Amino acid sequence: MNKPSPPASNQDSPPVRPAGASDSAAPGSLLELFTTFTWLALQGFGGVLAIAQRELVERKRWLSKAEFVELYSLAQMLPGANVVNLSLMLGDRYFGWRGAFAAVSGMLIAPTVIVLVLAASYNQLSTYPAVAGALRGMGAVAAGLMLAMALKLLTTLGGNLMGRWWCMAYALATLVLIVGLRLPLAWVVPSLGVLAWLTARACIVRADRSGRHGRQEGHDKPNPDRPAA
Amino acid sequence: MNSAFVLADLPAFFLHFLVLSLLSIGGAMATAPEMHRYLVGERGWLGDGEFTTAVALAQAAPGPNLIFVPVLGFQVAGLVGAAAALLGILLPSTVLTLAVSRWGMKRRDTPGVRAFTAGLAPITVSLMFGAGWVLSLPFVATPDHRLGGISLIVLTMIVMLTTRFSPIWLILVGGIVGAMGWV
Repeated sequence: MNKPSPPASNQDSPPVRPAGASDSAAPGSLLELFTTFTWLALQGFGGVLAIAQRELVERKRWLSKAEFVELYSLAQMLPGANVVNLSLMLGDRYFGWRGAFAAVSGMLIAPTVIVLVLAASYNQLSTYPAVAGALRGMGAVAAGLMLAMALKLLTTLGGNLMGRWWCMAYALATLVLIVGLRLPLAWVVPSLGVLAWLTARACIVRADRSGRHGRQEGHDKPNPDRPAA
Repeated sequence: MNSAFVLADLPAFFLHFLVLSLLSIGGAMATAPEMHRYLVGERGWLGDGEFTTAVALAQAAPGPNLIFVPVLGFQVAGLVGAAAALLGILLPSTVLTLAVSRWGMKRRDTPGVRAFTAGLAPITVSLMFGAGWVLSLPFVATPDHRLGGISLIVLTMIVMLTTRFSPIWLILVGGIVGAMGWV
């Protein structure tokens, strides 16, 4: 029943790279993975993503631009910090779960130690009004950064396949339930998420149906069954 | 107003972060309103100011902003709390991410996956606004800090939306302006 598998299908084989990624490189060891992620995390004041792009794509060439975008899209979709998920998936591609562990440890250990030292000394230093004031000022900036990011992300909803009105409805419903009524996230996200998923499914089905009627235009995908009209 | 954390609270505390981990679509910051509701509102382990301080410290330190989570844990219960919060927020999402990334790389064009991405997008963005609002609360709610705080928030937003400066400069400005007592 179990025929010997062909020689190439080994789970530990290096990841399949898309054609055209000829000038790509790979991390040589778990240690290199760990130190690379430590270094990029330590540069990431106010956001690691841009640093990760420069280190992983432009300097190390472990990922092509397209691969980076692809990984980040998936990372964004899953629960967990986006850059942490991205490092997980990259590490996993090269060294399995040990690679994932090395990458995430690199991303988190040094920053966590630093921030806890800051927090511990803050508890002692907070009696100085200047320190409390500085933290308050940084807190206001943190609030502004978050709101600005939310505004920037808002524009990405323009291309959402559910269309503007459904997006606004779900965004408003989330705000009302979470900020207005202070309901627990654990109830709001799953229930609204399922509704939104069903809505999006329905939109896809509807788009496919109308696409089937007027297909002269032809989508990006080539149709293998018929030659182009 | 603050109530004391005792060691018997640790399992419930850990469990709460385990659950939040699975809900943190859009990043750990998306769960900030929920953490605030639980730690400040429901349990009273932290005050508004402490909560915002944790986020500010994480912004001031290098690294992913996820590290505000171990700071919250530290403020509640010291190093044990930091470890519980960090492990709690990491474990479920890590396991899930590895599983889904192996499974989903092959299937990302299917309607189910596309609907998931599109459906959750507006909810995620909305949670970011919620997080921004929670962080603004200490400034909106306290008359002493209202004018300076809101001015700084608005200035930050304008700079972020119209220029390409690194956020580190704004954080620096916020620290200096705050240290001089203007916020």
